[in-house]
Amino acid sequence: MRTAPDVLFKSLADPTRRALFERLSRDGEQTVRMLTDHSGVSQPAVSKHLGVLKHAGLVRARHRGRQTHYSAQPRALAPLVDWMSYYSRFWHDRFDRLEDLLKRMDP
Amino acid sequence: MSTTRSLVIEKELPHPPAKIWRALTEGTLIKEWMMDNDFQPVVGHKFSFRSTPMPNWNGVVDCEVLVVEPYKKLAYSWGSLGGESAVVWTLVATEGGTLVRMEQSGFRPDQDANYKGANYGWQRFIGGLERVVAALP
Repeated sequence: MRTAPDVLFKSLADPTRRALFERLSRDGEQTVRMLTDHSGVSQPAVSKHLGVLKHAGLVRARHRGRQTHYSAQPRALAPLVDWMSYYSRFWHDRFDRLEDLLKRMDP
Repeated sequence: MSTTRSLVIEKELPHPPAKIWRALTEGTLIKEWMMDNDFQPVVGHKFSFRSTPMPNWNGVVDCEVLVVEPYKKLAYSWGSLGGESAVVWTLVATEGGTLVRMEQSGFRPDQDANYKGANYGWQRFIGGLERVVAALP
């Protein structure tokens, strides 16, 4: 089942989580320690953020030995892309109607 | 993915801000271009937009007025299909009329103290998203 846009929004609402997701999208698979070194927050905090991203399906965890490697799952963004294209059409249509109304209104 | 940028719609309309403000804030006028509603331009007022129910949608958008700055700025939360977002209208007078800007984002401004910063980051993220999704096989 696909993740609801709301879950995606909540998981991406935090700037640290967006940064982690962007980094994994850009640089490929990373361990928690590698991610912590660049994040400016503690390792437990990074792990917690990764848990939220994982719940939203945005990252995948792969255990190798004592290390956990995380990778981005950009396909999980699909509902967000759908949400945006739906509202894009919706608002363009409403803007047209607003313009029509303004023409009909008294000055 | 060019559509993602249009979550911000900006357009100059040949009408004064006061007239556009009326279209955005008077219930009977809102109904003509948006949906049936019980909107009132009062911060904290809870209202809903109602349109014809569809198979996967009851036709209701639950909202709360967040910002009312007459002729300048109007914002309301937008709850629909279990999703929560915010719609912000900004009007800027120009020589020929008004620059109308509508922005819908996935945040409720009243729930996020860092809304401005977070929103900036969000817009940047949306830009990056286009590249990520474009690279998908």
